[in-house]
Amino acid sequence: MTTTAATRTAASRAPAGGASEHRSVKTGSVAWMAIPAVAFFVLFGAVPLIGTLVLSFTQWDGIGAIQWLGGGNWVSIMTDPVMYKALGLTFGIMIFSWLVQTPISLLLGVFTAGTQKYRAFLAVLYFLPLLMSAAAISIAYKALLDPNFGLAASLGIPFLIQNWLGDPTLVLFVVIFVLSWMYVPFHSLLYQGGVQQIPRSMYEAASIDGAGTVRQFFSITLPQLKYTIITSSTLMVVGSMTAFDLIFVLTGGGPGNSTRVLALDMYLRGFRANQMGPASAIAVLIVLIGLGLALFLRRLGGKDANSSQMEGL
Amino acid sequence: MDASTTSAQGTSRRGFLTMLAMAPLAGAALSACGTSGPSSSGGGGGGDGAASMWYLSGQPNEKIKTDNLKAWGDANPDSTISVDFFQNDAYKTKIKTAIGAGQAPTFIYSWGGGTLASYAAAGQVLDLTSWFDDATLKGSVLESTYKAGTVDGKIYAYPNENAALILFYYNKKLFKQVGAEPPTTYDELLALVDTFKGAGIAPIALAGQSRWTSMMWLEYFFDRVGGPEVFDAIFAGTADAWSNPDALKALQMVQDLVKAGGFITGFESITADSNADQALLYTDKTAMMLHGSWVYSGIKNDAADFVADGNLGWFAFPPITGGKGDPKNVAGNPAQYMSVSSKATQAQQDIAKAYFTDTTNGIMSETVIDAYVASGQVCIASGIEDKIAASEDKDFLQFAYSAVQDAPSFVQSWDQALSPSTAEALLSNIDQLFSLSITPQQFADNMNATIGQ
Repeated sequence: MTTTAATRTAASRAPAGGASEHRSVKTGSVAWMAIPAVAFFVLFGAVPLIGTLVLSFTQWDGIGAIQWLGGGNWVSIMTDPVMYKALGLTFGIMIFSWLVQTPISLLLGVFTAGTQKYRAFLAVLYFLPLLMSAAAISIAYKALLDPNFGLAASLGIPFLIQNWLGDPTLVLFVVIFVLSWMYVPFHSLLYQGGVQQIPRSMYEAASIDGAGTVRQFFSITLPQLKYTIITSSTLMVVGSMTAFDLIFVLTGGGPGNSTRVLALDMYLRGFRANQMGPASAIAVLIVLIGLGLALFLRRLGGKDANSSQMEGL
Repeated sequence: MDASTTSAQGTSRRGFLTMLAMAPLAGAALSACGTSGPSSSGGGGGGDGAASMWYLSGQPNEKIKTDNLKAWGDANPDSTISVDFFQNDAYKTKIKTAIGAGQAPTFIYSWGGGTLASYAAAGQVLDLTSWFDDATLKGSVLESTYKAGTVDGKIYAYPNENAALILFYYNKKLFKQVGAEPPTTYDELLALVDTFKGAGIAPIALAGQSRWTSMMWLEYFFDRVGGPEVFDAIFAGTADAWSNPDALKALQMVQDLVKAGGFITGFESITADSNADQALLYTDKTAMMLHGSWVYSGIKNDAADFVADGNLGWFAFPPITGGKGDPKNVAGNPAQYMSVSSKATQAQQDIAKAYFTDTTNGIMSETVIDAYVASGQVCIASGIEDKIAASEDKDFLQFAYSAVQDAPSFVQSWDQALSPSTAEALLSNIDQLFSLSITPQQFADNMNATIGQ
């Protein structure tokens, strides 16, 4: 909707020459409605971002005076193996989270979009994790996975008694699992909405032509969900760049540096080590990478992203 | 659609996308600048009292402080002090952020050392030297505790509460079960590791995720192997002080202990804030634990029967064969330190001074000292030998009090003694050292790089 409104505004300003007086007046009133959103964005988005950019060129311990440093922070960040490890981990979590979350969310979304009563009931259960904060989920999983007082030790299930959060390799997969557990419901909700938007008539036509459920899924549901998939993937990818709260509470970046993702690296440098300069440089890096990835995913949607998928209906 | 519309559409799409993508990122950056840790009413220098204080949550000291401030408020209704409680790790971050933002409470609670020095360097805490011209106030606590509250010869904090030395606790029940005695040398301790493993008992509890818990081990290994000179050189900023052969030997011994299975499985993910490490000891899951003397009162609080039945034992960190350190040396925090914010108004400063000097309802009143002693903590008030001798915890307190008094060297906790940025690098490297992801040499190289920064 916002895109459409913005498009119209832009179109009316373009030197097309044919835009009527009446149309300009109408679009003007629509642009006015964006002011609150823009004001919030400038205040809470753009201003802190510019502040962070400025800080990345300074030396500041968070307590004393801010001193201009120039590019020193950027040099130190770009030559720091800890940063590259964090970057690698962030991409690892991003890719694995996407690979795990997308199929599960898609199938759950399609399943819960059905009209049967039991599906609606199950949907409520699936969406329960949405009600919990990341910190609460982390604390709960931390207690469950504790090798000495956790679920496995209490019930005496030997297979589950693993050093889940203490093994440098295993811990990464635990983090991806918990992240998925937390975010799959949200993405399922997106897909559920997407599936419900697909006209029934398409499925009716397909079944008349003899297409089975599986064929319908791949030939109708999946193509029709193209933009939902892109939206969901964008949120997952950008979300992985900024994943912080859950990992901070669950592992604190440990053991060693094995879950020290980029956002956590930024926090630890800034607020634990009192080095706001390098921390700000990492923050800017996160913004740039996130923006690049989001633009890339948007490009996957094709040049004519706003064209109709329902021609002929 | 004509060509111009299409291109305009492309621009606007990007504009929209920029907003979409940047909003959560900037939001994250913003939220990182705001509060971290549990926020509570009253934040900043305000609160509903005439002066404000932030303090650590956790019993028994949370209750002692609450009662003390209530008594103070009742006696001085115009000079009340409001208090907010925070978890240890969250507090350390929050107080720094608040001070940087000019929103600090009147009273700034710290562990002295490098962190206090950074506050003093930034002019955020008051120079209290003139307050201690008052001999009664100066002499109210043990003289040796002033060192970590003094920066460049000026006193910036009043040492109060309790000393926290680090010592071994052990589970007497489990020691009896395998027929073991407390170790008198480090070699005996290593032998005990095998004994307990053989009996299916985890030898040592450690809350590795908190990192400063692992650091306590290094403090003693460095001291017992090379004496206090090794860390003194690091503290003084001597080049390459971390690659001293004694330091490398101590680092290697830590990794050997990890490889020998000395620490309980999963220690890397245990946090001290949840007291899970203490629980391992009193639920008979582990035999030993190296921890601060404050833990005694914590265990007494959480597992009263365990202490009452005489199952909790303690011993000093044993000497290491061939080591240069005096086995009487101890590590820990000499006291807690209370500073006054330089942003405090004159009225708030007067309240602070009165709160420090009042012996009836003040910070180190008779009631408070009695409460610390009764809870089994090593109070640093002078002349309290009689109180300790009369305490039901006199065995532990006399052991700890005399250990503090007789120690030729008291090593202040490294993460408190060093500057915050060095301390964070240290803790991060300790975490990697204990998870065996770096070698002792890499540890020394990484830490040498922080010297002189």
